[in-house]
Amino acid sequence: HHVKGYCNPEQTQHFVVTAGDEDEFSSHPEEHERERHRGKRREGDREKKKRGHGKRRKASRSREREEEVQARPDKRERERRRRAKSDRETGGRQRDEEGKAKIKSGKVAKTKKNITNEKTKKQEEEEESEDRNAKGKKKHGNCPVYNGEEDNEEKEVRPESLTPEELERLKEAVDDRKKLIQVLRGKPWPMKKKLVTLRESQQFVEKYEGALGKGKGRKLYVYKVMMTKKWMKFQRDFENFRTACIPWEMKIKEIESHFGSSVASYFIFLRWMYGINMILFGLTFGLVMVPEALMGRPYGSIPRKTVPRAEEASAMDFAVLWDFGGYAQYSVLFYGYYNNQRAIGWLKFRMPLSYFLVGVGTVAYSYMVVIRTMARNANESGVGDDNSFNFSWKVFTSWDYLIGNPETADNKFASITTSFKEAILEEQESCKDDNIHLTRFLRVLANFLVLCCLAGSGYLIYFVVRRSQKFALDGLENHTWWERNEVNMVMSLLGMFCPMLFDVISALENYHPRVALQWQLGRIFALFLGNLYTFIIALMDEINLKREEENIVKFNITTWEASFYNGTVSENSTGLPFTVQPADVPRGPCWETMVGQEFVRLIISDTMTTYITLLIGDFLRAVFVRFLNHCWCWDLEAGFPSYSEFDVSGNVLGLIFNQGMIWMGAFYAPCLPALNVLRLHVSMYLQCWAVMCCNVPQERVFKASGSNNFYMAMLLVILFLSTLPAIYTIVTIPPSFDCGPFSGKKRMFDVIQETLESDFPAWFSKVFSYASNPGLVLPFILLMILAIYYLQSTSKSYKEANVELKKKLQTQNEENKKKNKRAALKAQMDLEEARKAAEQQQNNKASLQDQEGEPFEFSPVPRTYHHGNHGTPGHLPGFPRQSEHRMYRVPSLQRH
Amino acid sequence: MGNKQTIFTDEQLDAYQVRHLQLHGRYHELAPHLVPMDYTKDPDCKLPLALIVNMPELKENPFRNRIVESFSEDGMGNLSFNEFVDMFSVLSEMAPRELKAIYAFKIYDFNVDNYLCKEDLEKTLNKLTKEELTPEEVELVCQKAIEEADLDGDNKLSFADFENMITRAPDFLR
Repeated sequence: HHVKGYCNPEQTQHFVVTAGDEDEFSSHPEEHERERHRGKRREGDREKKKRGHGKRRKASRSREREEEVQARPDKRERERRRRAKSDRETGGRQRDEEGKAKIKSGKVAKTKKNITNEKTKKQEEEEESEDRNAKGKKKHGNCPVYNGEEDNEEKEVRPESLTPEELERLKEAVDDRKKLIQVLRGKPWPMKKKLVTLRESQQFVEKYEGALGKGKGRKLYVYKVMMTKKWMKFQRDFENFRTACIPWEMKIKEIESHFGSSVASYFIFLRWMYGINMILFGLTFGLVMVPEALMGRPYGSIPRKTVPRAEEASAMDFAVLWDFGGYAQYSVLFYGYYNNQRAIGWLKFRMPLSYFLVGVGTVAYSYMVVIRTMARNANESGVGDDNSFNFSWKVFTSWDYLIGNPETADNKFASITTSFKEAILEEQESCKDDNIHLTRFLRVLANFLVLCCLAGSGYLIYFVVRRSQKFALDGLENHTWWERNEVNMVMSLLGMFCPMLFDVISALENYHPRVALQWQLGRIFALFLGNLYTFIIALMDEINLKREEENIVKFNITTWEASFYNGTVSENSTGLPFTVQPADVPRGPCWETMVGQEFVRLIISDTMTTYITLLIGDFLRAVFVRFLNHCWCWDLEAGFPSYSEFDVSGNVLGLIFNQGMIWMGAFYAPCLPALNVLRLHVSMYLQCWAVMCCNVPQERVFKASGSNNFYMAMLLVILFLSTLPAIYTIVTIPPSFDCGPFSGKKRMFDVIQETLESDFPAWFSKVFSYASNPGLVLPFILLMILAIYYLQSTSKSYKEANVELKKKLQTQNEENKKKNKRAALKAQMDLEEARKAAEQQQNNKASLQDQEGEPFEFSPVPRTYHHGNHGTPGHLPGFPRQSEHRMYRVPSLQRH
Repeated sequence: MGNKQTIFTDEQLDAYQVRHLQLHGRYHELAPHLVPMDYTKDPDCKLPLALIVNMPELKENPFRNRIVESFSEDGMGNLSFNEFVDMFSVLSEMAPRELKAIYAFKIYDFNVDNYLCKEDLEKTLNKLTKEELTPEEVELVCQKAIEEADLDGDNKLSFADFENMITRAPDFLR
């Protein structure tokens, strides 16, 4: 319980003083303890409130005490006097520090180092003696013994001579020192003082740790101490190592310092995304792709693992591979390659089951991570949404201390100014609606235009997809490159130009910029979503087409097999088993692989467009502006093209949609997470480079911390929307008959049932079949709904209670404020009276002493008025300080 | 100078617990002719404010002079190496919130009187906005800020008020 005492010398002094007080007034040891504690606490509170003033008062009080106590002929008194002397010394130093006594400062500066040393030494001594005093008070009679020991302090402490209690105490002191060393970093002291204190404490610890050890448990103690030391060092090293291990930390910090935290938030989001994709990649790669490649049947062994004869010639062409056809299509990258063999390799790896579970696990993991992150963000941001300190926060926390770039700084100045103006406007609440009808009309018009845009882009995509299906039926070879890649190109172009259009349209609306940004984000989101879903619907049509084709092929195959069989039978003279090259076997269209291919192509083209826009729109533009500026008619840098800004919202949305497509397609193309990891990795470097070399910071900087959960919410919506079609296809459409791990089954999820039946004991499947009985499942679902309802309602009531408490707190605050104000006013009145009385006295005295020329003594009266009303700093000796003391004492008394 | 030359003793390094050599490099860089390479004997040398303020970390900060001044012992902005390390340790991410609040208070306290009064706020505001607000607006904002944060009704912010206000700010230390 002496921890506080070690914190700083002033407090220690104070303990001594209060202890002295109680020595005189009470005799009961327990009461002592309690009193002392209370005093400490009270003092601690007060100490926190006003650093400088309490010290002086205490110093003066201690001087008074000293005089009071002088009469007592005790050994301890000597000690105390010595301490009081040091009090005065340190007190004087304090005053020097505050620059009040300017005359001495020169001299003090020279001896400052000495004083610091002395002071800390004394502090240590005091702590020691403090300890002993406390002990001494517990056993009143024994005082002299301890004091004697105190005098011997400089000598080596012999542990044999110490009683267990003393040992205990010493141990405590050592521990306290250790604690001090640990928290030293967080102390608001100058570094020099910290260093000195640290050195002293370390010496102390080393000195007494050895002494402590000489009891029975010495070796153990030394060992423990050594181990803790080692452990601390290890922890520190580990911490350093961990910070060094965070990828791209330096890059992001650099960007943050140039562009502020909102741009950096995009890169942090990107890194977060990269982490998630790494895990998804690990799942698919480790549990699906590698086992199939290592333990599954090799390439060319069965039809689904072989390139068909018709495509063999062009299977290695780059154009085909780039489209993920040819050899790429018949590889582990796509669904169709996987065999429906139940267990593969010597490990008896359940391939189809693993494939299914990885697909489910990917989605489940993503949900978990996103929701957890959202909850954490909500927790963090939910605390500080009260608006009670709006202006003070704006004044004191709006500067971003990380900014180190002049342009960013300029923008920050501008944005701070605008935010102040906004706040002032909102404060004045002078929202004069100039022609509300026109604004309304314009807003409706703008929304109408945006809807038109959305519908148009949706139709365009649908049209293009339909057309591409026609082309695909004709055979892709007869068409140009544009016709083959039409869908992806159109989608990318729409994604590029529609946001600009929206931006233009939103100028009509005349919204507040923050609201406008949200509208903009929402519209782009809707556009992307619309495009994505049109694409999916078109894909569904294509799946249906393929399935019809598949039926025909199935029929053909049976006839083909029959004829083949008949043929071989007829000419089967040699008796050899008939062999057909797997490449020659006719096969179905395998819609799953087609879906996977579509998604992979989409991702690739999306990535390409992103990179190309980056290179053209940012890099070439910057080069053009920079190098043609001096031979152009107008100022390119300030005028029309200028440099591009980093578009945080657009980039984040792009990232989110990209992730949505990954989630959708990953089931049919296990290579998608790997591709995405690659893409994100390249993006990281490319965008970091592009931002640093050819972007200028945004003009309209929005707070990164607030928008994070907005992005997360979008991600969650996208996750939900992208898992819907995937789940729909898995549940409703039967898998292709001749490709993929689920071929031959009615539905993909039949693999679970199959595993249950064949790999688990019979009773388990029986239990499972009972459990899946609707009679059990329905009540269970009902129960879950009830639980959700219950939790939701309790959370709602908690929220209400929270709001209520907040309101209460606020009113209490207001009340306190009022009370304090009243108390302050009263204190001021008292002060005024005292002043007057003093003045009166002065007057009397002055009249008696024939006015020996003290204009300074007279001036306070009008000036105090000034102080009270306008709060200018008080430089007058004595009085204003006292007023503050009184003011503070009122609340602290009320508390106890 | 040789590669293995000791700038600090082991004990010194252990005591600081920070990336200390790097900082010494920065400090030395600011004034190569003033700062000795050898710090084992605690030489007594100080760098003036003008040099430190030009570091890239502080160059764009509107409060750079105040930051350096509040960390210097003499209040004039001359920093010894210890104070330099001190400044960096407080401004780093690792520093605890309370410590930051204490020094933030010092920084905003332009006329070192341990209170943030209206003048201080006006100065802060003018530095933040590059004096683009009109005097009336400045007046209004200062009035509002003091009204919000002042708990004891003395029309100026003591450290307790300041701490109470700043620790609830969503943007402080993020």
